[in-house]
Amino acid sequence: MSSNYDNNFSKGTDLAVIILYMLMACIGILAIFMVEYNPNSDWASSFISGKTSYSKQFFFLIFCSFVAVFILLVDSKVFTALANILFTGGLLLMLATFVIGKEINGSKSWIPIAGGFNLQPAELCKIFTALALAKFISRPETDFTKLKSHLIAGAMIALPAILSIGQHELGLALVYSAFIFAMYREGLPPFILIVLLSFAILVIGTLLIEPTLLAIILSVIAGLILLYLGKRLKRNKQLIVIIISIWLICVGTVRFAVPYIFNNVFECYQTTRIYSMVGKEYDCGLNQKAAASFVESGKKSRKPDDYNVKQSKIAIGSGGFWGRGFLKGTQTRGKYVPEQNTDFIFTSIGEAFGFVGTFTFLGLYLFFLFRLIRIAERQRSTFSRVYAYSVVGIFFFHIAVNISMTIGLFPVVGIPLPLISYGGSSLLTFTALVFILLRLDADRQMVLR
Amino acid sequence: MSVYNQNRGGIIQIIIGIIFFLIVAQLVSLQVVSNKYKLAADNNAIFRKIIYPDRGIIYDRKKRALLENTISYDLVVIPNEAKGVDTTALCAILDIDKAEYSKRIVEAIIKNTRVKAGVFEPFLTPELYAQLNENLYRFPGFSLSERSIRSYPYNTAAHVLGYVAEVDVNFLKKHESEGYEMGDYAGMTGLEKNYETVLMGQRGVKRFLRDNKGKIQGPYEKGEFDTVAIAGKNLYTSVDVQVQQLAEKLLQNKIGSAVAINPKTGGVIAMASSPGYNPNLLTGSQRRKTIGRLLLDTARPIYNRAIKGQYPPGSTFKPLGALIALDEGLITPNFGYNCFGSYGACGDPRKCEHHNAGHAANLQLALAYSCNSYFLQVFRMAIDNPKYKSAKGGYVKWKEYMNAFGFGRKLGVDLPSENKANIPDTAQYNKDFGNPRYWNSCYMLTLGIGQDRMTATPLQLANSMAFIANDGYYYTPHFVDSIEAETQEEAAQLAPFRKKQKVTKIPKEYFDVIKEGMHDVTVYGTAAFIKVPGHDYCAKTGTAQNPHGKNHSLFVCFAPKDNPKIAVAVIVENAGYGSTWAGPIGGLLMEQYLNDTLTTESQLKADNLAQVDLMPQAIKNWYVQNNKSAYLTPIEYNNDELSDVWDMEMLAEGVVKTKTKDTTPPAPLPNTDKTNKDSLLPNTDKKKKLNP
Repeated sequence: MSSNYDNNFSKGTDLAVIILYMLMACIGILAIFMVEYNPNSDWASSFISGKTSYSKQFFFLIFCSFVAVFILLVDSKVFTALANILFTGGLLLMLATFVIGKEINGSKSWIPIAGGFNLQPAELCKIFTALALAKFISRPETDFTKLKSHLIAGAMIALPAILSIGQHELGLALVYSAFIFAMYREGLPPFILIVLLSFAILVIGTLLIEPTLLAIILSVIAGLILLYLGKRLKRNKQLIVIIISIWLICVGTVRFAVPYIFNNVFECYQTTRIYSMVGKEYDCGLNQKAAASFVESGKKSRKPDDYNVKQSKIAIGSGGFWGRGFLKGTQTRGKYVPEQNTDFIFTSIGEAFGFVGTFTFLGLYLFFLFRLIRIAERQRSTFSRVYAYSVVGIFFFHIAVNISMTIGLFPVVGIPLPLISYGGSSLLTFTALVFILLRLDADRQMVLR
Repeated sequence: MSVYNQNRGGIIQIIIGIIFFLIVAQLVSLQVVSNKYKLAADNNAIFRKIIYPDRGIIYDRKKRALLENTISYDLVVIPNEAKGVDTTALCAILDIDKAEYSKRIVEAIIKNTRVKAGVFEPFLTPELYAQLNENLYRFPGFSLSERSIRSYPYNTAAHVLGYVAEVDVNFLKKHESEGYEMGDYAGMTGLEKNYETVLMGQRGVKRFLRDNKGKIQGPYEKGEFDTVAIAGKNLYTSVDVQVQQLAEKLLQNKIGSAVAINPKTGGVIAMASSPGYNPNLLTGSQRRKTIGRLLLDTARPIYNRAIKGQYPPGSTFKPLGALIALDEGLITPNFGYNCFGSYGACGDPRKCEHHNAGHAANLQLALAYSCNSYFLQVFRMAIDNPKYKSAKGGYVKWKEYMNAFGFGRKLGVDLPSENKANIPDTAQYNKDFGNPRYWNSCYMLTLGIGQDRMTATPLQLANSMAFIANDGYYYTPHFVDSIEAETQEEAAQLAPFRKKQKVTKIPKEYFDVIKEGMHDVTVYGTAAFIKVPGHDYCAKTGTAQNPHGKNHSLFVCFAPKDNPKIAVAVIVENAGYGSTWAGPIGGLLMEQYLNDTLTTESQLKADNLAQVDLMPQAIKNWYVQNNKSAYLTPIEYNNDELSDVWDMEMLAEGVVKTKTKDTTPPAPLPNTDKTNKDSLLPNTDKKKKLNP
């Protein structure tokens, strides 16, 4: 499927992706620079001394470039060969964090390694899961039209996700849902997507509409369907059973499952964030975990507000159409947005360069994603294609969720913006994801198993 | 298998596209459509510091500062930073308890948020300032902030100068586009209010970038949008501080008012209203203690009687009544009236104080003796003037004259809320007496001697004297002669005061006759015993009946007779004869102004006059009944010695104890070269003292 007009590296590496990668990484360093910039100190000297985040990020990038070159030099068969071992190793590392892990920002998901750096196995596990999933689906004996295969694939994804939840990394856990893209591409029946979508709509409905009213609406819909089907029901009694059980599941979800999850599974702050999305307040008194900590600490449970999102929206909104200009963002300079060089890095771009900047920036990302999909579609081997779609899914999920949460479309979950946010682990993960794909793509004529 | 699902790659692209579209849509709404985030951002990060300019100074005619600016200190607090404060020590210094401390912190948060400085204790006394300054390190988050307040070195002219106060919600609503903010100060009364725009200057704004903890990061955009503060301009008035002080002193323990005008310019030399108050009591920390009492006092010390009090002019109107008749050709200066002590032409006889024959043989004599019958007759002639066919026609003409003289309308003095007093309209009489055909000159006969419903403010009376002194014109009375570095706009504001008001065409010879008559008043007439050393003067006494009790004592005059430099009107409420109380006060004011000093004899007289208590008994009773006997002590002497104890027994015996006020001005040298800057010098001295 390779064509002549592709800009091919000497070894068949896709140059466009490399250029986009470098471009994004540089934008990232600039964005971090804007956040850290202090007019009172000499930025050049602080850059060289390496104490600031942007200089650290710069060194991370250099390191990642070496890693990238290394990956490009590796034989692509290595990835298929090691996929399962790496996956197992990754899971073991994640388990290990429960024992030897270090707590950073309230989540015990880091393993300290030499030189003051910390490794987050959950990040690396994304790569391993992608490889393992690709390996599993590309096995000749796997028939991905079968429910059994779906379940096994689902379990492979769910395992690291559950471990992440155990580490209080909800964001990272959610990322694993991105593999749905790859699975869908390989033949996951659409009705599963529809069921998941309906579930999402139900959850949002629960938030927006009074539970009782929603139950009544659902009952009315069920009743109308029964009426509509009328005679056919007489012929097929099973239909009644199906419709009634769907109705029961829906009402059950609305009345019991969702409130249970909100009150018992999620932390108070998480539920509050979700509620604040739809402009509602959540009473933490209902939350079992908050109540437990209330008993523990003896203090009144404090309402965590949606300060982050408010400030983030203010920063982005204040950019206006043209932006305030490079280094002129008042919100960025005043450090109003918390976590601005990691999860909320998008705000510094939004404030400095305005709508023009954010639109261009999103365009770059979109171009990048579509380029990856194109690469995915030109693969001959299932392994490469599944892996490619996994990469697309992971990137897309990060981008969509991260940006949506900064502009108030999604609850705040701590996941970074790929290639932009400050952080060595995250940059390394995305570098590896992209360059393994490029390596596989370079050998796209080969059929890998 | 993959071939089957190839279209799914497209579907995935569509899903990605939709999500990106949603994100872009939200970005459009945040960044392009909505403006509120930009405002919120500026609120967040840009700290606007208002730089208050010094208010302009108000000078008297010899460039003595009637008021100045002094530095006062407020204790301010940034609630967010007030952590680890030694509250016990702070409460001990300020003499408050912990509950009050928390209350004030909460108030500061409500008013100025947690991150901005809010006032914790305003107007610190020098002792408190010193104590706090020493201990400030124990109170993180607290600081001392400078503010400029008014001070009045001569303790005088409170009503004229007015006061500045913190603006309230109503004020902000009224002056919406003028850039006032909560916490600002503005002139509320008097000249401070009338010339607010001139005095306030232009506030400067400095913008600073502020971080999420409220810490200032540095100037915003290198100060590109900053504006500098421009100091308020000074006002130069026609007031003579010594005459003003003398007027206030003479009116002590009396209710009344005195106004002196320079007829050549219309500039007001002195305007006193009694009871008054020491303007220093309404600045700084004193204000809170004083304002309540001033507002509650039944004698209304805040009320400026000189422009708001409405008094029947009584006999002081007579020269004007004569002028009307002369100008209308109804009488000649030789016109006489045979008065035997009463006027009976309208039935019920009206009394005249004199009954010797010939005391009203001509106009000059009638004026000197203030013959009631004569002027009642003259008034009737004016109303029943055949030229205007009916009493109504005659009355309309008569009222026209009165309005031209400045009665029954606002003169336009440069003080807020001037009263126009009352010259009744024909409509009022039509209403009272039914049809215009039903009434004639007898119905409002006593208008002819300045009674009935005729009222005038002391300012109008003084202005009428200026009118006579000038032989038929006047300048609108005003205080401000010039403004420092006057702009066109300001010149336009002052223009009405520089225009000669010549509204009648009464020939000079008529004025000469009137002046002669008024001069005779001071030679052998009702004011014969009042002398102004070295000067001939003209005057008219008045004793006006009123519904409130004893007659009002009135006196109008101008001097010198041939080249008038001062016109005065004095009213002492419910005091009796005009010549007894108002007269001597007027005489002393003229003497002070013309000679710039008082003779020893006059000084003695002035001191005695100042002691005399003519406060109406009704007001004293009110104080006693309302447990406000402390108010009996005039507010000028409101110091601890006197206000604490008032001997009720002495009251019962009718002995009214007064303590002479130290009327000599507390001292700033009348240095005429004093500029704005120099006048601030004493303040810097004060500062030095405070910072050992």
